Amino acid sequence: MDQFLAFTVVGLSTAAIYAVIGSGLVLTHTTAGVFNFAHGAAGMLAAFAYWQLAVGWGWPVPAALAVVLLVLAPAFGLLAERVLMRPVQALGEAERLVMTVALLTGCIALARWVWDPNTPRPLAAFLAGEPALRLGPAVVTWHQAITMATALAIAGGLWFLLHRTRAGTEMRASVDDRALAGLTGADPLRAGRLAWVLGIQLAAVGGILIAPTVALDAQQLSLLIVSAYTAAVFGRLRSLPLTFLGAVVVGLLEAYLAGYLPQNDYLPGLRLAAPALLLLLALLAFPHRRLPGRDRTLVRVPLPGRRGGLVLAGCVLAVALVLVSVLTEDEVISYGTLFPIGVIALSYVPLAGYAGQISLCQLSIAGIGAVVWGHLGAHGALWALPVAVLVAAAVGALVALPALRLSGIYLALGTVAFATVLDRWIFTLPAFHVLGVRISLFDQGSVSVAGPDLFGLRLTSPTDLVLFSAFCLAVTSLGLAALRRGRFGRRLVALRDSEAAYATLGGRLLAAKVAVFALSAGIAGLGGALYGMQLQTVTADQFSLVAGLPVFLIAVVGGLGSVGTGLFTGLAYVVPVQLLDGLGGWAQNLPALLVALAGLGFAHSPAGVIARLRAQWTPLGRDRQLLTALLGVLALCWAVAVLVPAGGRPALAAALVVAMVLRNRAAARAAAPADVPPEWWGVRRPWRPEDGEVLSRATAAAS
Amino acid sequence: MTVNDSPLLELRGVRAAYHGITVLHGVDLTVAAGQVVALLGPNGAGKTTVLKAAAGLHPPSAGQLLMGGRDVTGIRPGRLARAGVCLIPEGRGVFPNLSVRDNLLMMTFCGRGREEIEETAYDRFPVLAARRTQQAGTLSGGEQQMLALARGLVTDPAVLLLDELSMGLAPLVVAELYELVAEIARQGVAVLVVEQFAAAVLKIADHAAVLVRGRIQWQGHPDSSLQAELSSYYLGSPT
Repeated sequence: MDQFLAFTVVGLSTAAIYAVIGSGLVLTHTTAGVFNFAHGAAGMLAAFAYWQLAVGWGWPVPAALAVVLLVLAPAFGLLAERVLMRPVQALGEAERLVMTVALLTGCIALARWVWDPNTPRPLAAFLAGEPALRLGPAVVTWHQAITMATALAIAGGLWFLLHRTRAGTEMRASVDDRALAGLTGADPLRAGRLAWVLGIQLAAVGGILIAPTVALDAQQLSLLIVSAYTAAVFGRLRSLPLTFLGAVVVGLLEAYLAGYLPQNDYLPGLRLAAPALLLLLALLAFPHRRLPGRDRTLVRVPLPGRRGGLVLAGCVLAVALVLVSVLTEDEVISYGTLFPIGVIALSYVPLAGYAGQISLCQLSIAGIGAVVWGHLGAHGALWALPVAVLVAAAVGALVALPALRLSGIYLALGTVAFATVLDRWIFTLPAFHVLGVRISLFDQGSVSVAGPDLFGLRLTSPTDLVLFSAFCLAVTSLGLAALRRGRFGRRLVALRDSEAAYATLGGRLLAAKVAVFALSAGIAGLGGALYGMQLQTVTADQFSLVAGLPVFLIAVVGGLGSVGTGLFTGLAYVVPVQLLDGLGGWAQNLPALLVALAGLGFAHSPAGVIARLRAQWTPLGRDRQLLTALLGVLALCWAVAVLVPAGGRPALAAALVVAMVLRNRAAARAAAPADVPPEWWGVRRPWRPEDGEVLSRATAAAS
Repeated sequence: MTVNDSPLLELRGVRAAYHGITVLHGVDLTVAAGQVVALLGPNGAGKTTVLKAAAGLHPPSAGQLLMGGRDVTGIRPGRLARAGVCLIPEGRGVFPNLSVRDNLLMMTFCGRGREEIEETAYDRFPVLAARRTQQAGTLSGGEQQMLALARGLVTDPAVLLLDELSMGLAPLVVAELYELVAEIARQGVAVLVVEQFAAAVLKIADHAAVLVRGRIQWQGHPDSSLQAELSSYYLGSPT
């Protein structure tokens, strides 16, 4: 009984922290209209900042608390509101989600950069020296008591703020109808700022309270948020009392599992994964609705032409040929991962780009493809590759079943929960048997992965493998372009534009969603297998949720609707890391930070970078003379890079400069004045900003 | 109160454009205190844009907006609202997820206190008093429009701008609502009403203007000749 009480006290104090963090999530969701994936990361940064002040610099605890909670956290909230959310205010839910995912990635990278992850940073509990409180048979430490009291105070304060004050009503009204709030004389901007400041402060309180009970680790602290997500989903992201109830359920569940779960090889992971499992269940069990009163601006999905697809495939192969001919074998190994990463990124194209379903677990599914190939294809048997793809596709179809009930952020949350369950439990399992079949994943360590045997031709050298995965990337890109042009592609875009309209026109939602999830998971599985072949050994860490976020972000920045996203993501993911590698240790976290910044820059180009690049380079592609010149220069640079030792980087730089010059030249030529009649403006020549005014003047004069 | 001659709200040569396409080509319109002006016209004529320009939601690309003789062009909607401009937008001008009471609380930004506002609103619309804790989105269309219109009543505005008050409502409810609009105008408020279905509003209007393709094509006293001619304006071939 005493033991049970002890577990209950531990569970309730954890629950209090989850409640604080979860209520911050609910607050920003109901008052700023944003589900903040970076909420936990903000708490993590606050915990680190508090450690720095209180322990690192030895400030007194109250001073450190005051600075973190009253200065740093509000400043962070204001900054997030100004830089992140205001630019995407008018865009859709998905765009706002991308911004917070970028913020999450950026916070983790920043924390690792500033605070070396290899140094332990113990943080003392509050009033650790005082004797514990005895409430009858239960023993409560001061830290636990403070935590619970804080949670209760916050619960009361928030309820009062939201339902009994004008500021709270102003915040809720601004989410309901921003324009109308302005018309009543309220200030929606002020309301948004207040919502962010309060939300981040709550995250900071949670982060500081939880840090002493767990290790001060950037990733772990940021992902504690999964438990708070569960609490918030219990409250359907709206109700504070239900969020508190959810927090109590999660906290107690974790504590009792820790206490009573039998010790063996299979179950410890279950305890860690329990909040994520509960999150999945809660997502499925409770009905959800979108926040009302929001405009959705859908980005157009480009329609790739046959020629464009072939040019893209040619580019992929050309990049691969240049890499293997120019680089040393070591460099080929590190640069070569760009093609498998590209394939994994392509898996977002049909799913998120065409069908509008957001999934954050593609890299985890790629991990399944990698281990299946690693085990079955250990001797290179080619049949194992389709099997790996099929197993990954089956897992994808499994994810699709809940997806039928979920959309938008709820689907994204569901995939986060799925990836977390894989990370914390499934991927850590030792080999086990199901119906006599031995199932083995990462074997609690690493799995070595062999190259495939192409009808007697064994691909073992890095060069062979790079060419093979480039070929796969080219074929997948072509296939997805064909898919977009075809019937299934049109159906997926229709489904994205309006599920209701799709269903009323006789489309079958379940079939389409399961098919697209399976297809995309199959592509991810192929990418995972190829990634494994390049790396030669794989570990579960390489396929974790957090590792997958940068891939997602770069694919979004590139443009999820374009098939060029594969090549773009591969290049943007791998090349900066390799180029910065030479700069020494301090630059290690720079690429992750760059990815986050690129994600934040996404607001300025929601259609994607690829669409812009395409518009910039099309004139050059149509200009035969200049195109020939460009190809000649590129061939020359290639020859220099191959023949002259250490000539690679200068040749690359020269090629880039020449290409830019020719591009501008071609653009200037194409824009040369031609007498185009007004009805062909925008068709035979690009639409210019001043055209609108010219036309409306002309029509006004005529009428 | 009597109709004052000096205009309270005045639009002078207002032009407005969406994405470079001009929709208002110089609109001149005045509304005096206590006057009800009906702005009529076919779909897409720019009626709503006139209201948005007057409320500061869509700043004009050229021309001036004056309130009581003072230039207020380009001022943000929140400040204009606190200065006494009250726009009830098209559709339902309420916050659907807020309770009736919270909706009324949102009307306190214009200066009057909460108790005063609740008292006036519940007094005039007893049905709202009975539903004070209900979410506004779950009220009937007429009740929502009453709640929206209550803002024009309780915040003591100088100028009331109404956009398609009748949309989706039963004729009886519409008549009742316009009765209230006339009552508000009698308190000395300048009222500008945009309406596609002219009959209801012309009963209470002192002045009417017809907007066609971004220009005022006709304005004057709304007598029977206007009703007869209106259809030709709507069909786009005025003789």
